[in-house]
Amino acid sequence: MKERVFDVALKHPIWVLLASIILVVAAAAGAKNLVFKSDYRVFFSEENPQLTAFESMQKIYSKSDNVAFIIAPKEGSVFTPKRLAAIHELTLQSWQVPYSTRVDSITNFQNTVAEDDDLIVEDLVLDPATLAQADMPRLKELATNDPLMRSKLISPEGHVSVVNITIQLPGINPVAEVPEVVNKIRELKTQFITANPDIDLYLSGLIMMNNSFAEASQNDFTTLVPLMFLIVVVAIIFLLRTFSGALATIVIIIFTIISTMGLAGWTGFYLTGPSISTPTVIMTLAVADCVHILATFFYELRQGEEKSKALRTSLRINFSPIFLTSVTTAIGFLSMNFSDSPPFRDLGNMVAAGVMIAFILSITLFPALLMLLPIKIKPQKENKSVLMDKLSAFIISNRTTLLPSMTVIILATVVFVPFNKLNDDFVKYFDKTVPFRQATDFMQDNLSGLTSIEISINTGQSSGINAPAYLKTLDNFSGWLRAQPETDHVSTLTDIVKRLNKNMHGDDPAFYTLPANRELAAQYLLLYELSLPYGLDLNNQLNVDKSSSRIIGTFKNLTSNEQIKLEERLYKWFEDNAPQYTVQIASPTLMFAHIGQRNIQSMLIGITFALILISALLGIALKSVRYGMISLLPNLAPAAMGFGIWYFIDGQVGLALSVVAGMTMGIVVDDTVHFLSKYRHARIDKGKSTEDAVRYAFASVGRALWITTLVLVAGFMVLAQSSFKINADMGLLTAITILIALIVDFLFLPPLLMKLDNTAVIETTKEK
Amino acid sequence: MKLCPKPLTCILSALLLGSASFTFAETAEEKGLAIAQQTKESDKGWGDMEAQMTMVLRNGQGQESIREIRLKSLEQEADGDKSLSIFDKPLDVKGTAFLSFSHPVGADDQWLYLPALKRVKRIASRNKSGPFMGSEFAYEDLTSFEIEKYTYKYLRDEPCGTEQCYVVEQYPVDEFSGYTRRVTWIDQSENRLHKIDFFDRKDAPLKTLTYADYQQYEGKHWRPDLMKMVNHQTNKNTDLIWTNYQFKSGLSDADFNKNSLKRAQ
Repeated sequence: MKERVFDVALKHPIWVLLASIILVVAAAAGAKNLVFKSDYRVFFSEENPQLTAFESMQKIYSKSDNVAFIIAPKEGSVFTPKRLAAIHELTLQSWQVPYSTRVDSITNFQNTVAEDDDLIVEDLVLDPATLAQADMPRLKELATNDPLMRSKLISPEGHVSVVNITIQLPGINPVAEVPEVVNKIRELKTQFITANPDIDLYLSGLIMMNNSFAEASQNDFTTLVPLMFLIVVVAIIFLLRTFSGALATIVIIIFTIISTMGLAGWTGFYLTGPSISTPTVIMTLAVADCVHILATFFYELRQGEEKSKALRTSLRINFSPIFLTSVTTAIGFLSMNFSDSPPFRDLGNMVAAGVMIAFILSITLFPALLMLLPIKIKPQKENKSVLMDKLSAFIISNRTTLLPSMTVIILATVVFVPFNKLNDDFVKYFDKTVPFRQATDFMQDNLSGLTSIEISINTGQSSGINAPAYLKTLDNFSGWLRAQPETDHVSTLTDIVKRLNKNMHGDDPAFYTLPANRELAAQYLLLYELSLPYGLDLNNQLNVDKSSSRIIGTFKNLTSNEQIKLEERLYKWFEDNAPQYTVQIASPTLMFAHIGQRNIQSMLIGITFALILISALLGIALKSVRYGMISLLPNLAPAAMGFGIWYFIDGQVGLALSVVAGMTMGIVVDDTVHFLSKYRHARIDKGKSTEDAVRYAFASVGRALWITTLVLVAGFMVLAQSSFKINADMGLLTAITILIALIVDFLFLPPLLMKLDNTAVIETTKEK
Repeated sequence: MKLCPKPLTCILSALLLGSASFTFAETAEEKGLAIAQQTKESDKGWGDMEAQMTMVLRNGQGQESIREIRLKSLEQEADGDKSLSIFDKPLDVKGTAFLSFSHPVGADDQWLYLPALKRVKRIASRNKSGPFMGSEFAYEDLTSFEIEKYTYKYLRDEPCGTEQCYVVEQYPVDEFSGYTRRVTWIDQSENRLHKIDFFDRKDAPLKTLTYADYQQYEGKHWRPDLMKMVNHQTNKNTDLIWTNYQFKSGLSDADFNKNSLKRAQ
């Protein structure tokens, strides 16, 4: 069967080429269906409990997707007539942003003032034309001391202010909606900066984050993918010294990528931040197949073999190992299906498909192309790899010291694995070159973090929020929450109720307290609601029958663990102080806080599953349970060591890294497969001693192994340059792990084999 | 004073206007205004009115909440109408009464009696665009219709149910309105509103109000039993159910002042 495939490829290369082109074009046509979803919610599966809780809270109150304009005068205070007029204008214009439902700023803040028996409700800055310098101290005093505005809309020093737009995306066309909003926002920003050159304007908020997911990924696509191509071309030309080979490899890579992405389009996949790195990963993995075929092909040519025969020999020799390594790599990536986060499942499935497509193209189209392209190689004597001989000699003579010292090194690195901190801070998903990150860091330094937690406190009875006991609880809780070290701001109903009580008593500060009875509270709120303008109502804090209210806490940027601990403390407070209410806590930041942990748990199952499957496959392929068992160590150690080293590089493990162990396992196995299969061939088929078998394995695959490792490490290092930290970290840790794998396979596996294999042989002979 | 110097022309034009067949070469704006005037005119003379109003509020989760209000209004010749709303449910606002003198242009005069405080408070606010009692109706959706509140543009004729409707666009004059425009469907036989589409400040579709189950009172005044407001942006909705309409029960200005607020129970 496979001989017939080789026959067709070698004898009718034109037909194979044409057939491949037709199939690839047909597959690639599906790419038109591929869309990029930039909503952060794509990171969560539909059954994710934190997402479900958050979605239900959003339906009860209102959505909290937002854009924040951060207004920072280059020097001095926000409180000048001109600057307040500028904020007033920006606030007005912000209502024009598509899908906006609410705009909050210091100028449209609904200020309530009492005059005799009149209650005046109006914008803090109603008409900027009437503002005078003399008004400024009063306005500053009012804004920077109001609990609703301080640290949320205005910095306590009065030097930075925020215009916050609440956006309700319909979700009908997720590809177009976010860019539509962002285009308008940027137009407003340009207008604002032109009119106010003395003020800096930054853009933050969840919508800007969504947009950064898309833009960072697209940016990666236009910079990293070409860089990757360049590296592949250079690596092949320099290491294998062939232009035609490089050209053929590039064709295989391009065909693999476009048919994989096309098939993904046909089968209804969509792209996300993580899954858009599929082409880079596939490219890296597809190179390996071609390198192995090329290496043997050129070896045969140099031996003076005729082109077609040399190619056939190469295909014959490489078919099994390439097939095996493709399958193990695919299994490794398929283990990502255990992930809790759909984008990583997609990445795993797309890469797994790509790896198999690359395998098929490598044994069909690749030889066909090589037949068609001119290849000139002078017959020459086998140039022995001096380096590899030296290396094997070194390892064999030092095996008694290498085995224990490598064991110590492995253990010493693995010890640090548990020191890594679990953290998914979605702000830090972007590096400091991304404007969203800069804006959010600026906001954190001057106003408040982006971490927010929403707490819904339900009385279970209609109008229950007006009960004095409930308001008292809310007030106590808000006070307690404000006193927490990580808190920047607390938005709570009781601040409004207290202010109204004061207003109803002629603005007497002594009445800045909670109303004495339920009816008073209810009637104040009725009065207040009657006088609020469009979009600035209380529906974002109260549910429809006023049985529950929502408190929103804004916090300094916290790690996942800190957030989970804070969440526990919040629940604990209600357990201790107000167990009668049903409390629900949710927010996008909390969703991210939990997903790392959830994902690691689910990925552990995936990795175990992949490990068992891969080891079994190796055992079968090497026709030996013993070799299968021995291969476990060099296959497991690199990922564990990688995470140990990670502690010294970054020390923070999150969603992205939790999938690395699974995906690298499939790749690092390749080295072991190639090494062990050659070793076994020498030991069993040729009856060589362990030392000679090691020497043989080094001589035959050593060079190919370090070339493919070099390409893989280079490829994942390219991914590590991404401005999107999820992809960058994944790339870096994968590169480290693959490099470690080579070291382990060269320095640890051979001494281990020489030790275990020897005793094992003696034992079996004794038994006999 | 002679109101009509040429009686024949007067009668003719009145006939033409009344038959609603606009034969003059008018612009879309003029025709829109004419339809509005005709609508206002056809309902003129209702004098005073009382009714019971039940609001059913629903959120995206399907949770419901009920509000009950009694409404009294007094027709004004030269100004916006006077109205008095007395809240019955939820129970903790029972007895709260809201008095409003609406004006075609500018802020309305508004007072609220808070029984828990035993005081009447005047609300000085230009805001009429916020939600009424947390519902999907804005306060401005519930105030009396006055010609001067909008400018108009006739769009087209269109069937609406079994009727034929004028479709007229209305642009709020008040800069504090929550809308850029409303598109109204008014039937040609009885000048009844069938539907209103509301567009928010960025001119995006916001809400749709549909009127159902019209009844005729006093042989002239049509009132709906049901008004359904759906918010397209939040998926929340509110039903407004009207019962016990009573006309000409003898209400006067004396029933609509600060003192009457406290008495209204």
